[in-house]
Amino acid sequence: MSVGTYLLLCVGGGVGAVLRFVVDGLIKARVRTHIPVGTILVNLTGCLALGVLAGLAQRGALGSDALAVLGTGVLGGYTTFSTASFETARLLQDGRRGPALWSGLGTLLGGVALASLGLWLGLR
Amino acid sequence: MSRPADAARAALRNPWLPEDPDVDVNDDGRPVHLRARYAAYVALGGFVGTGIREAMSLWFPTPADRVNWTILAINVSGAFLLGALVQLLAGRGPDHGRRRTVRLLLGTGVLGGFTTYSTFADGAAQLIRDSEPGMAVGYCGLTLGVGLLASFAGITAAQRVHR
Repeated sequence: MSVGTYLLLCVGGGVGAVLRFVVDGLIKARVRTHIPVGTILVNLTGCLALGVLAGLAQRGALGSDALAVLGTGVLGGYTTFSTASFETARLLQDGRRGPALWSGLGTLLGGVALASLGLWLGLR
Repeated sequence: MSRPADAARAALRNPWLPEDPDVDVNDDGRPVHLRARYAAYVALGGFVGTGIREAMSLWFPTPADRVNWTILAINVSGAFLLGALVQLLAGRGPDHGRRRTVRLLLGTGVLGGFTTYSTFADGAAQLIRDSEPGMAVGYCGLTLGVGLLASFAGITAAQRVHR
């Protein structure tokens, strides 16, 4: 990977992080629930999008540099594991098992399913 | 246990952490997530966190048809650090001023950009496609389980500091 691509990838990560910050904030301001819907929605949409990009790259419709910048950079910075795990842990500490299940297992199963769907779409 | 009792217990344990820190309205009446200064902290942090993640992925490459141990280690260590960071900040006082700056720069930005859900889920989906369902289930279970343990460990470690 060239230094230029690496720096672009980092910039992509910054862009993705801001997208996550804004989307999560907008959702949190509108939805009143103990389920962390902002983080869940950010992660699920990011998983679907990365699946599509990875599928496109695998059939040669997207270059490796573009996949690195958009996939590893933008979508890697957009989605987050640390916050998802932290929110699930806090819900469990507070005894909110239902919301914790949505946050933990819901994101996991939904994320892998949507990444698979994205891969299938991208490879078509 | 009833919900009010749970909420009271949570408030006692952690009096300064609001349920939705980002929805707090600031002095000028605009929500935190719509302020350019805060977005700039998150962008800078995301740049750095993503850069460290990619550097680690380049140093410790993983074959595409195997469990991505590098991403697993990144996600688990990030979960520990975020738990510790948020709990440390919450123990020091309300989410204002310098504490909010640190939370957005290091938490939402650096650790949010360092860890990733999409690369992890895509890795698991690829393992399923490559007819490695056992590896996929192991990768998912380890990430979720050890990640949660790491979050708890981070929170607990930071609580000890304040005792």
